[in-house]
Amino acid sequence: MALLSKKDTNLITDPLADNNPITIQVLGICSALAITAELKASLVMAVSVMFVLAMGNVVISLMRNIIPSKIRIIVQLIVVATLVIIVDQVLKAFAYELSKTLAVFVGLIITNCIIMGRFEAFALGNGPWRSFLDGIGNSMGYGLILVIVGFFRELLGSGTLFGIPVLGDPIEKTGLYSIGYENNGFMIIPPAALIVVGIIIWVQRSRNPALVEEN
Amino acid sequence: MAINTDKNLYTVAFAAVMVIVVGSLLAFVASSLSGRIDENMRFEKQQNILYAMGVNENVGTGDVSFVPTNIVEDEFSKYIKEQFVIKGSEVIKNDEAYLIDVKKEVAKAKKGEVPELPLFIGEKDGKKYYIIPMYGKGLWDAIWGFISLDENMVVQGVFFDHKGETPGLGANINQRYFMDDFIGESIMSGNSFEGIKVAKGNNDPLNNDKEDNEVDALAGATITGNGVSAMIKETVNLYKDYLKTIRTN
Repeated sequence: MALLSKKDTNLITDPLADNNPITIQVLGICSALAITAELKASLVMAVSVMFVLAMGNVVISLMRNIIPSKIRIIVQLIVVATLVIIVDQVLKAFAYELSKTLAVFVGLIITNCIIMGRFEAFALGNGPWRSFLDGIGNSMGYGLILVIVGFFRELLGSGTLFGIPVLGDPIEKTGLYSIGYENNGFMIIPPAALIVVGIIIWVQRSRNPALVEEN
Repeated sequence: MAINTDKNLYTVAFAAVMVIVVGSLLAFVASSLSGRIDENMRFEKQQNILYAMGVNENVGTGDVSFVPTNIVEDEFSKYIKEQFVIKGSEVIKNDEAYLIDVKKEVAKAKKGEVPELPLFIGEKDGKKYYIIPMYGKGLWDAIWGFISLDENMVVQGVFFDHKGETPGLGANINQRYFMDDFIGESIMSGNSFEGIKVAKGNNDPLNNDKEDNEVDALAGATITGNGVSAMIKETVNLYKDYLKTIRTN
């Protein structure tokens, strides 16, 4: 017997491609612009969002029958904020170094529209297990785009990957720089992320015309 | 039996219960962890002060590497010989000066009150280091750090950190390639306390010119860089009177 039924597998694979939260639903763009200048930051953000989204989805799903619909958005916000703060405090006490790396992401996680979006669209109407899978799937779809964007921005903007120089030294003029190559300073400022995301959307839609909306 | 979740009474009751549950949960977590968190923060401060005077485990041009937390207290008492609090023209010895909240003191100074400014004197291999804490603001939130000087007002080392600067851009003020640039720069320009500017387009990316009161800026982090310049300038101003008494050149 397969570990996951076909329907459950789709919960994970759909958001990776044809229902990607960033390129198709255009959610979570703000953090995709803010922190993708480096591959490492992209990866940290992706993992953090995965944790919060999966946990939050489960909590909301367990509470789905008792949450008053009038104040459900506030309840969702409280759940995600509480989760993030508890995680932050525990890290500060037991993994101080890691918590310092993550500190700047905390605010960005709470306000990430993917999280509220999945609570609202999925967890409120589905059971905990399926909500958990949905959380994992969507954060993987989100993380995938973040890593792609981070890869190109760090490579073209700083000539490094994970902080390690891969194209030579721009000051000493070694490697590629010796034949006149220059880092593109534009790539490390946020608008560049918009362009990279735009190119990903373009590639994705030309490969799958079904995604293109009729006007 | 399904509950009618649309009733106003239910909504209010739910909100009240939720607030109580979440509130007590957070309060419980915060109070049970606060001891450990405070200790971690104290160690971090000691690590940062030692880092600024060159007591660290940096290797080659790699990452920032502090003295490990398990020995930091011993190292701190070994290298930091004296701690002072400067209050107006008084200089008072105080062995817990490093626990002073610099943020509050800088705010006091801005309001025109007399701040209590901490200062640490470190000694390594017979050389004296005057270590000064700094506090300022970057693009999004607070930035802070420590700067260590010798008697000639030449920077021996700096440490910067930040609360919420943009990862990959302003956040890089705590990276070695930025902090190491300050070493050897003088905060003096002739006889005036100039500070050090984080400058765009000073055409000196390797920072060979140590007399220009400038270091090369980080691309994409103009406002954070300006914040660092302003922070150094402000700190130098606050400590100017004391620094005049130790300056020898």
